[in-house]
Amino acid sequence: MSAVLVYFESVGAELTSAQQELITLADAVGEVQVVTGSTTSDAVHALALEGVHTLYTGEGEIHAPDPAVIDLLETAVQETRAHAVLARNTADTTDALARLAVRLDTGLITDGVGLSHDLRVTKSVLAGSYTTTARVAEGRPLIATMKPNSTEPHLVPGGAPEIVTLPVTAAAAEQLRVLERTPLEASDRPSLTEARCVVAGGRGLDGDFGPLEELADELGAAIGASRAATDAGWIDHAAQVGQTGVTVSPQLYISAGISGAIQQRAGMQTAQTIVAINKDEDAPVFEIADFGVVGDLFEVVPQMVEELRRRRS
Amino acid sequence: MPDAAAGTPLHIITLVKSVPDAQLERRFTEERHIDRSEGVLGELDEYPLETALRIKETAEEREIRVTALTMGPTGASAAAKKALQIGADDAYVLTDDALAGADISATSTALRAAIERIQQVSELDAQLLVVTGMASDDGESGAVPAQLAERLGVHLLSQATSVELSEGRLVVTRTATVEQQKVSAALPAVVSVTDQANDPRYPNFKAIMAAKKKPLTELSLTSVGIGPTAVKPRAQVLTAEPRPPRHGGTVITDEGDAGVQIVDFLQKERVL
Ligand SMILES: Cc1cc2nc3c(=O)[nH]c(=O)nc-3n(C[C@H](O)[C@H](O)[C@H](O)COP(=O)(O)OP(=O)(O)OC[C@H]3O[C@@H](n4cnc5c(N)ncnc54)[C@H](O)[C@@H]3O)c2cc1C
Ligand SMILES: Nc1ncnc2c1ncn2[C@@H]1O[C@H](COP(=O)(O)O)[C@@H](O)[C@H]1O
Repeated sequence: MSAVLVYFESVGAELTSAQQELITLADAVGEVQVVTGSTTSDAVHALALEGVHTLYTGEGEIHAPDPAVIDLLETAVQETRAHAVLARNTADTTDALARLAVRLDTGLITDGVGLSHDLRVTKSVLAGSYTTTARVAEGRPLIATMKPNSTEPHLVPGGAPEIVTLPVTAAAAEQLRVLERTPLEASDRPSLTEARCVVAGGRGLDGDFGPLEELADELGAAIGASRAATDAGWIDHAAQVGQTGVTVSPQLYISAGISGAIQQRAGMQTAQTIVAINKDEDAPVFEIADFGVVGDLFEVVPQMVEELRRRRS
Repeated sequence: MPDAAAGTPLHIITLVKSVPDAQLERRFTEERHIDRSEGVLGELDEYPLETALRIKETAEEREIRVTALTMGPTGASAAAKKALQIGADDAYVLTDDALAGADISATSTALRAAIERIQQVSELDAQLLVVTGMASDDGESGAVPAQLAERLGVHLLSQATSVELSEGRLVVTRTATVEQQKVSAALPAVVSVTDQANDPRYPNFKAIMAAKKKPLTELSLTSVGIGPTAVKPRAQVLTAEPRPPRHGGTVITDEGDAGVQIVDFLQKERVL
């Protein structure tokens, strides 16, 4: 069976749900080999899964924007003769896979949501208005980034993979220098792109995310926001859902105090179920909501929280 | 300290894509290409243009030219003209039948050839800075800048939220997967700019009139020195199906129990 290379930016003690999905997708189309520029010593336990054969790393840590990431990927493809390379659709991995595709003179397909046995990739385009399938030219390896929440992870524990260190090291810092690194604020909540439930707020919150925080606590949800809310500085930019923020496809998206501009909708309309609360009955968000409430979010949201608690106790 | 590179001219080539208006219905043709018969300057490509203009306006001692480049069908010149109105010094439109249905690979190959050709004909002997948007409004891959950097063999600084030139080096803040980074690189480079980077300006009447005198040059694959096989897509769209539009469901007006009703709905839908 031919190899499928799965690229992770880093592997820690536990796989994220997006990483579990990628291994599940890869396992269905070939022999899974993982490559990463950054591991901890317990990564090998996280990858002790049936179907995962080898963990390839470089010598020392290799991170974006270091172009050595592409050398690492290229070397791993040569080593494994992989017929497909899969990774998540973050900006940094998209850059790396895009450059890899140039080196291998093959096609790149971004933001896939499905992968068939003959390596056709399904994706949603034009802000969710079309579904396309695409494949790369005959006889060339598929290079694809996949969106989280595309498949149900299905992993079986197995033996530890073999670890192979490839002869690739970080590039000299002279040309491209990282002067400062500031970690993005970590939160205890599930990650926005991977969460099964997202609670999002907009300008209607008037600076107060308190009610949404409580609702997110009850639902185990991630918190998202419109650009109006992130631009106002009420919440970190990382929470922005939409065309220029993150795209989410959760089972449940609750939108509160968001009008539903086209750029916002581009990031959430593939959610399975959408609930919207807005005091303006003409808000465009109601055109796509499965259940809409015309009302004041400061009354509706606290009542939801209370009702959820009541039913739980 | 005097700017080491102040004597060398700088050529900023800003990439602008002509895209179908996102406010209108967008569709695929029977050949499974996005219908580009009518296009506007992509909203996300206003930010890199603004970045280029600000660099030019703040570097007093240096000769800087801002060139807009677009690749697309005949109608794409509208995007190039808009870029001239906003403030680019000159513009190029690369149009060729062989580019219909171009994928990321074909687009970056053609843009690379165009950039090299523009550098040759502009006789500036300048340093090169290519600025692009974070994603096109229709293709949305965000992958063209990286492929272009790879093909040009220059540095890539993607997802920039601020861009400065300091002592001839580029200093960019960018959002990486788990951190904010401040990165510096020597030119030449490709930089992609997000919508967090600035507030793009609108052209005023004077600028619109002035743009009519600015040079707009058409390019073809032949004139940029590549053949049609170089831009053969490496990825093909096999099917393109319109998604059934999402319909609004029940909308109720809160009469004091809407919070409870939402919970009922969630329970019924089994999403709790
Ligand atoms: C290039 C570009 C990219 C963009 N990218 C994005 C993006 O990625 N994501 C994004 O979200 N936007 C994006 N935008 C902005 C987008 O166009 C909208 O401006 C933005 O989404 C509006 O945010 P909002 O809905 O919170 O604010 P508004 O449109 O002001 O809506 C606020 C809503 O809250 C309601 N409201 C007020 N008070 C209450 C209350 N007490 N109870 C209930 N409802 C209340 C109002 O009725 C109103 O509908 C982008 C714009 C551009 C130009
Ligand atoms: N046909 C094109 N003509 C000019 N610039 C383009 C073209 N395609 C992509 N770009 C540039 O590359 C950026 C990213 O595009 P994409 O990779 O398609 O999302 C855009 O914001 C543009 O700046």
